[in-house]
Amino acid sequence: MVLEGLLWCVATLLATGVLALAMARRPRAASTLVYAISLAVTLTALLAAGATLLSPAPFGGALTLPVGLPWLGAHFKLDALAAFFLLVVNLGGATASLFGLGYGRHEESPGRVLPFFPAFLAGMNLVVIAADAFTFLFAWEFMSLSSWALVMAHHRRPGNAAAGYLYLLMASLGTLALILTFGLLAGPSGGYAFDAIREAPASAQVAAIALVLALIGAGSKAGLVPLHVWLPLAHPAAPSHVSALMSGVMTKVAVYGFVRIVFDLLGPPAWWWGALVLLLGGVTSVMGVLYALMEHDLKRLLAYHTVENIGIIFIGLGLALAFGASDMQGAAALAFTAGIFHVFNHCVFKSLLFYGAGAVLTATGERDMERLGGLIHRMPLTAFAFLVGSAAISALPPFNGFVSEWLTFQAILLSPALPQWLLKFLVPAVGALLALSAALAAACFVKAFGVTFLGRPRTQVARDATETDRWSLAAMLALAALCLLAGILPGYFIDALAPVSHALVGSHVPAQDERGWLMIVPIAESRSSYNGLLLFAFIFLAALLAAWVIHRFASNAARRSAPWDCGFPDPSPATQYTSGSFSQPIRRVFGSVVFRAREEVHMPPPGDASAARLHVTLRDPPWDVLYLPTARFVGFAARHLNKAQFLTIRAYLTLVFGALVTLLAILAAWQ
Amino acid sequence: MAIALELLVQAAQLALVLALAPLLTGYVRKVKARLLGRQGPPLLQPYRDLYRLLRKEVVLAHTASWVFRAAPYLIFATTWVAAALVPTFAAGLVFSNAADMIAIVALLGAARFMLALAGLDVGTSFGGIGSSREMMIASLAEPAMLMVVFTVSLLAGSTQLSSIAAALQAPGIGLRVSLALALVGLTMVAIAENGRIPIDNPATHLELTMVHEAMVLEYSGRHLALIEAASHLKLLLYVSVIGCVFVPWGIAAPSAGPLAFLVGLAAYLAKLAAAGFLLAVFESVIAKMRVFRYSDFLGAALMLGFLAALLLFVSRVT
Repeated sequence: MVLEGLLWCVATLLATGVLALAMARRPRAASTLVYAISLAVTLTALLAAGATLLSPAPFGGALTLPVGLPWLGAHFKLDALAAFFLLVVNLGGATASLFGLGYGRHEESPGRVLPFFPAFLAGMNLVVIAADAFTFLFAWEFMSLSSWALVMAHHRRPGNAAAGYLYLLMASLGTLALILTFGLLAGPSGGYAFDAIREAPASAQVAAIALVLALIGAGSKAGLVPLHVWLPLAHPAAPSHVSALMSGVMTKVAVYGFVRIVFDLLGPPAWWWGALVLLLGGVTSVMGVLYALMEHDLKRLLAYHTVENIGIIFIGLGLALAFGASDMQGAAALAFTAGIFHVFNHCVFKSLLFYGAGAVLTATGERDMERLGGLIHRMPLTAFAFLVGSAAISALPPFNGFVSEWLTFQAILLSPALPQWLLKFLVPAVGALLALSAALAAACFVKAFGVTFLGRPRTQVARDATETDRWSLAAMLALAALCLLAGILPGYFIDALAPVSHALVGSHVPAQDERGWLMIVPIAESRSSYNGLLLFAFIFLAALLAAWVIHRFASNAARRSAPWDCGFPDPSPATQYTSGSFSQPIRRVFGSVVFRAREEVHMPPPGDASAARLHVTLRDPPWDVLYLPTARFVGFAARHLNKAQFLTIRAYLTLVFGALVTLLAILAAWQ
Repeated sequence: MAIALELLVQAAQLALVLALAPLLTGYVRKVKARLLGRQGPPLLQPYRDLYRLLRKEVVLAHTASWVFRAAPYLIFATTWVAAALVPTFAAGLVFSNAADMIAIVALLGAARFMLALAGLDVGTSFGGIGSSREMMIASLAEPAMLMVVFTVSLLAGSTQLSSIAAALQAPGIGLRVSLALALVGLTMVAIAENGRIPIDNPATHLELTMVHEAMVLEYSGRHLALIEAASHLKLLLYVSVIGCVFVPWGIAAPSAGPLAFLVGLAAYLAKLAAAGFLLAVFESVIAKMRVFRYSDFLGAALMLGFLAALLLFVSRVT
């Protein structure tokens, strides 16, 4: 059976972690061994998941192991949804291991990374195949803690310890919310197996509370605004291939948790669920990309951008809920397919971009874009892969990011048929937010690629950078190829998602494989269609034709010279546009509203030859509105409760007695 | 046989947009000059400029990478393909199903992405200023354009331009508030995206006000010719889109005979002439804006588009 094989994969990964501990004396050999085993195991699991998903009736078996809670056991099941997310997890895991084969050699503290890397992969695999609440939560916590250990791998670097602390806090909050969700769903009889929960659907009120709790639990892990604050601190703090796993894969496991609970376990949706998820998704997508635009740290920019993509995924899922509640199964299937196709796409290009950032970090030791530049001359292949990833994440045709956003737009265009008035107002607004975030994403990645790789080197380290190793390049180029492949042949990918969508929203997008010319047609041909392959071929041929005609018949002479720059080229690389100056117009337009951005210019007094300075201050609204007041309240409460630590025994006994009486009174009033 | 004919018509459309685009730019320049009381350059001047540039050698900065050299070809190809996918004289051409209106917007976005990167590639301050401003303008213009796309797609029940043109010719559509708002919004977007006054001045070389010209400052020779051709094509594309959606009359049906194609061609040329004339008049009577007023102009376009879509969302009962 496939499922047993997968459990053996998980066990092998765990054993590899222990092996790494045993080999702590020989870090170099351990590094190669750990990543090689991880690569082999994740590739096996990837093939198993892919074969299951593509089989006519995707089901890889179910089984119960006698571990965990004695009266429950540990349930595992591999259905279509699990198979799809397993594919995403192991695709990310396999490329991360491949990247790690090269990147891991530069690791300064391998003893803090190697044992936890396979454990983290094992945890994510377990979450996806778990089929009861206890196993799910156990695996979820295992995943959180192993990734926390990886975040803390370089704990002596400034800021990392604080990031780890915040991550731990938010992860605990999320798990608490999930425990409560499952507690509510299991009901008083305590049926914690997913099958039992499915058979006893919760009442509308309970389901509503469970939805909000699931949004907090899974949303905090995925990075929904305003629960995203830990993400841009913790993801970049880890080694780059782990950052890729956290951003590209772990956030997807969180999406899996949300889909499993809300689409599978909660029963039929109410229409306002869709409205809530849509609103959160829309706000998350625009806030995420605006944060990313304000950022100068390459890895943190990528982490913030993950927040944006999570927003796009949740827009798709929210639309699916809204359509599902109004019995529009076809539209729900389209929206759901768009959402989970974006899950796959985001895993591919976000991993690619983090590997690129990791390669830059190895080559230069810098994450600050303001100290990079011109790397395309020193690291041409990394730059090429990063460019493909940037174009894909900016939703540009013919790459894959465009296809999933296009499908989301098509789903939005179906929504005037929704009967609820709130949704009629909300959906076009969310559509506008999605369009805005897509346009801002392009600006963000022009900045990320342009400032890091183009122009002239701004520092000596950027000038001396060298191309990264072959393993890392192989991982990046494979993902870049996948970006193009999923973009020009999206029909096959959409067809592969049909069983998932069928299982969760009761319908699927019409089969795409019998269309001529590899066209994708989500609804009807007269309504909308897209053909990435044809567009790609057209653009390629038109460019080739132009190049051939011009070089053959006009001129092919070229000469190198100093830049023109309107006649005043300045040799100092400091005269180039930097990350801060590039985003200044957008900071003025959007930042002044969202972040209350302020610019202050400090001019030296006349006669003083020192440099003028520009100070930019940004306020983070979720911090100001939510987190700082909470922290202040906790501090206040702690200060005042502190007095209760120094009472006499009589006072304590009185307190205990009072508490007992109050509880009994409440219980009496309840019944 | 039929497929060969369809391919031929598609090829004719590809050639037509490429051939007409410089003429439209020349025509706008000519009308503008006459409105200002000047003689103006001849109508065919843009062709001569392209021909001259194509034969010149390219001067590359020492710091230019392959992105700088590949970008003009990709920008030209992408814009050309996008322009050829918009119905001009006939709708429903054989490849028109390859990309709908959203994909055409995204194709233009891809061309802009490459151009902005090329602006940053040499590492000069002017390239950066152009790229940065262009992306700011795009960050508002693209959503505004998409809201207009939403509006017309909801009315026509399709995002395919051919179907939209057919649906909006049907008698049942009539005059709608949403369409009027969408037309104003789309026109504003078209003005901004093509770098026309009041957003950008295609004739300026005053450094601090340049946007498009600043990005392409380092380009010369054949590269510059391709980028110029792409911007001519982009202007033609926007005029074609406005013509196809808001003045759809005269566009020939997919399998109409040569006579219908000729009528369609005449109608298309008349639309180009009218739109070019209006653009020239508009540019002559308005002053250029300060950079940080752009967001007001484009924000208004975005709001108009949003309002148009919202009206349809709340008014349609299906």
